[in-house]
Amino acid sequence: MTRNGLLRGGAFVAAGIAFPLLFNAAWLVNIGILTLMYAALAVSWNLFSGFTGYITLGQVAFFGLGAYSLGITFEHFGIGSGYNPFYVLPIVGACVAFASLPVAWIALRTRAMTFAIVTLTLLFIVQQLAFNLHSLTHGSSGLMLPTPTTFGVDNYDRPFYYAMLGLVLLALLICWGILRSKLGLMLLSIREDEEKARGLGIRVTGTKLVAWWLHVFVTAMVGGVWAYYLTFIYPESSVDPLVMIGAVLMTFLGGRGTLWGPVVGALVLVPAQQYMLIHLGGSQLYLVGYAAVFMVVLLVLPRGIIPSIRDGVVRTRERQRTRGGAAKAAV
Amino acid sequence: MTALLEIDGLTKRFGGVTAVDACSFTVPAGSVTALVGPNGSGKTTAFNLITGYARADAGAVRFDGAAVRRPDPIRLARSGLTRTFQQARIFPDLTLVENMVAALQQPWTSVFTRAVRRPERERALELLDEFGIARLADERAGNLSYGQKKLLEFAAVLMGDPRLVLLDEPTAGVNPVLVDQIEERIRELNARGLTFLVVEHNMNLVMRLCDPVVVLAQGTKLAEGRPDEVRNDPRVLDAYLGG
Repeated sequence: MTRNGLLRGGAFVAAGIAFPLLFNAAWLVNIGILTLMYAALAVSWNLFSGFTGYITLGQVAFFGLGAYSLGITFEHFGIGSGYNPFYVLPIVGACVAFASLPVAWIALRTRAMTFAIVTLTLLFIVQQLAFNLHSLTHGSSGLMLPTPTTFGVDNYDRPFYYAMLGLVLLALLICWGILRSKLGLMLLSIREDEEKARGLGIRVTGTKLVAWWLHVFVTAMVGGVWAYYLTFIYPESSVDPLVMIGAVLMTFLGGRGTLWGPVVGALVLVPAQQYMLIHLGGSQLYLVGYAAVFMVVLLVLPRGIIPSIRDGVVRTRERQRTRGGAAKAAV
Repeated sequence: MTALLEIDGLTKRFGGVTAVDACSFTVPAGSVTALVGPNGSGKTTAFNLITGYARADAGAVRFDGAAVRRPDPIRLARSGLTRTFQQARIFPDLTLVENMVAALQQPWTSVFTRAVRRPERERALELLDEFGIARLADERAGNLSYGQKKLLEFAAVLMGDPRLVLLDEPTAGVNPVLVDQIEERIRELNARGLTFLVVEHNMNLVMRLCDPVVVLAQGTKLAEGRPDEVRNDPRVLDAYLGG
């Protein structure tokens, strides 16, 4: 890990841990949880779509599956209260991820726009299932999860906040690991030229499925934490196309295929969205404002925040170097 | 000489056009075989059929004595049959070394290991040096000139230790110095036992380098033999000069 990377990661972790301790107003911690939730979703979306170039619009289906899986596990197995349900999350994530592989294998036979549409239908299929599998999900009347009573009233939000923070860090660690591993090399070569990658003997489908598994694994756990936090889930909210669009927009905003881009995107967009919701929420104007934030960034930094800044830094350095060189030559 | 690659009755139709028409030829092991013919004679299509990038309507391919029933680029590359493309195809956002290492066929167990391990880097640098582009090793491949990209693509397919390399117009659009370099590379690799099948329009190069030469016209084989035989074959002259 480079020194800068270590610093950046350390600063993020420190700020993440400190935030609810410094600002313990419930509504602020609530915004923090939402921001981290979107950050985790955006980072794991980027983990698959950013690295392979396959745009999936079905990620939220697995968020919903994670939420319902945890809810149903609660109902049928009584996984206790307090911190215990958090320990079940990795199992939920892994199960949802394995269950998604056959569907992914079929979807991955298509490419580009077709893949985006095929995965988008997944989202609606899962939502329909949530509506109609009454015996499991209670349909549109929703599913209740027990409220954790051991967390206390004052800092009730904190455990959920730290759970989300942990998932963001997990997703970032996976991305970081991928970027420096053979898997990353294989994924990037698929993104650049899949046909050529096949010609070199890279097992493209299996490679994409590994990335797919990892992105669903994180996504489903995020869904689980979200369900436990709200203690009440229903089909429209747990499989919400707007959440999907949010995660994708944040990734584009911050910079697709970069490590920190999706986090930066979430840090900008979620607080902006919440601010507008509070101040303009009475009218539909808040969606207009939300869109405006995005348009301004697209106009100023079209390739996303991180790549644009990186280019700017490189350009400035080049300019300084040539200027320095010219000055020396003049002497 | 035993045949490393045998093509028998290969046929491909695109709608009403028969691009490759009952084409049969063999690539002897240890040879540099040329596949020549006028534009549109089906050379690249034949390449695509052999390497599994397109599905043949009829015909059989045998590689190293075993029938290839459903040619698949991944499996073929892993069994030692690889190719380059007419328009050099490399991964522009990766560095040269990364391009080289990506071309190593990895077992599943090494998927989570370091992207470029030291011995892999050394092997890549060695090959890049043979191709005269080692000084650009950590440059983005997208920054290379067209000719350098062709060199990189050629060097990269060698990383997987192939037994047969199909080169699609290796010298097209490349400056004369690089043409000499590519010729020298092919000769040296061939001397070390690597077999080549080359599509090429530069006839002087073909006559110097290749034996046997297979001539295609309108998807069928017109002639096959030693370069001097083929050169003096009146049917070949007709096809090229439009008799």
